[in-house]
Amino acid sequence: MKLIIATIKPFKLEEVREALTAIGVRGMMVTEIKGFGSQSGHTEIYRGAEYAVNFVPKVKLEIVVPPAMAEQVIDTIAATARTGKIGDGKIFSLDVEGALRVRTGEINDAAL
Amino acid sequence: MTSKFWTALAAGAALAAPGIAFAQEAAVDMTPPNGEIGYIFNTFMFLIAGFLVMWMAAGFTMLEAGLVRQKNVTMQLMKNVSLFSLAGVMYYLIGYNLMYPGDGWTVPNWLGAFAIASLEPVGLAGTETDLTYASTGSDFYFQLMFAATTASIVSGALAERIKLWPFLIFTVLLTGLIYPIQASWKWGGGYLDSELGFLDFAGSTVVHSAGGWAALAGALVLGPRLGKYRDGGIFPMPGSNLPLATLGTFILWLGWFGFNGGSQLYMDTAANVADISRIFANTNAAAAGGVLVTLVLTQLLYRKPDLTMVLNGALGGLVSITAEPLTPSLGAATLIGGMGGALVVFAVPFLDKLKIDDVVGAIPVHLVCGIWGTLAVVLTNSDATLMGQLLSIVIVGAFVFTVSLVSWMVLKAVMGIRVSEEDEVTGLDVAELGMEAYPEFSQV
Repeated sequence: MKLIIATIKPFKLEEVREALTAIGVRGMMVTEIKGFGSQSGHTEIYRGAEYAVNFVPKVKLEIVVPPAMAEQVIDTIAATARTGKIGDGKIFSLDVEGALRVRTGEINDAAL
Repeated sequence: MTSKFWTALAAGAALAAPGIAFAQEAAVDMTPPNGEIGYIFNTFMFLIAGFLVMWMAAGFTMLEAGLVRQKNVTMQLMKNVSLFSLAGVMYYLIGYNLMYPGDGWTVPNWLGAFAIASLEPVGLAGTETDLTYASTGSDFYFQLMFAATTASIVSGALAERIKLWPFLIFTVLLTGLIYPIQASWKWGGGYLDSELGFLDFAGSTVVHSAGGWAALAGALVLGPRLGKYRDGGIFPMPGSNLPLATLGTFILWLGWFGFNGGSQLYMDTAANVADISRIFANTNAAAAGGVLVTLVLTQLLYRKPDLTMVLNGALGGLVSITAEPLTPSLGAATLIGGMGGALVVFAVPFLDKLKIDDVVGAIPVHLVCGIWGTLAVVLTNSDATLMGQLLSIVIVGAFVFTVSLVSWMVLKAVMGIRVSEEDEVTGLDVAELGMEAYPEFSQV
């Protein structure tokens, strides 16, 4: 199994969710986060004084899928979340040792 | 104590525009224009205008609650409800007769009477009431609200770092002594009114710049919030609730119709009702002018329009028209208010350059626009002289600023006026009150 972590622009969340459910993804975890990458913040003006916004709001998705599906999920997120402008986000994938569905006790792929 | 008749007469003569004409007419012919009906309408008008001005306390409270950070909101609410109540007691105990001594001046033209305010007997029993003006009760109630407004101006500027009790002690001094003494010079018929021909219809100087000077003195003695000015830069501390700040501004805008309209003092003739109507329309025009100029200027100067400045712009427009809301045309009122909005846009960053930390923009709005509005009287009212206006601005400014500065320095020396660094970082709500405004909102 693979854990796919994606940070995306918040306004892309709904579009990405629809695209992922369309290819058969059956669950995901979503968190509102702040952070910085190459975009590294920007400046705003409040009452005439300019200040730096160091952490930019993003949405973080965490999705666990069978290994065969991982590449398709990554491609789908990348294609859907891309605007071509700075700050589109990043996608990471990690190996997952095990999974268990609490209600039934099913494990690994059956638990997803 | 002076007779109620003289107190009422002096109050009426001093505030009315053109005040001198009223004083002379009233002194010569004491027949009320419409008998009891005129007295009833004058009184009724004071009560309605008075509760509109009372409501401005809610406006200031919401504006300030919205523009401070989440950790200091409860303290701002506490200070506003307390200062409003202190003003009520102090104006009764000392303020009213200091401000309207009638013929009972302690020092003629400069220091009014020291006496507790009292009202007419129940049902006017056994009195010969002066029917040319309004009831003493309504006059006291209306004027008290102006004293409370002056104190409200100070609390926003000093937010987020001042201790509760020293602030309240200053409020006692301001509403009991500082405000009524300088107000008597104009509205009590004192030196500025009788010798300089100073015109200030509803208080651009008497209320707003007086509050502004007291706030400026406080901000200088108190110092800026921790971390506001560091490493050569300015670090903004955005307000916690802009819907509240906007609601507060609209409440103030509404209250201002009572503030300016009620300052006509008479609603006993068709001419007076028409004048009050002019004042309402001009007051609204000035606020609109202030908003629109601020909206456009902040867009041009700062890439994006700044709501907090636009809200200040509305108030700047209102303060600007307060010294003369009657004589301008609608167009002139819009421009006078618009100029107030422009002054706000430049005064806010200017104060930051001087490292004077004014959390809600009280000094730009009330002091800077108050001075502008007082000078602008000469544009539309030929009874005003530039010298009379300027001298009065300087005299009131010098008195209020000096006495406030000394008061703040004494308070600082005696009991300290600023919370500890730790308390300031923690927030005054938890540190001083042990109570949060939004306990269920997490702050990460």
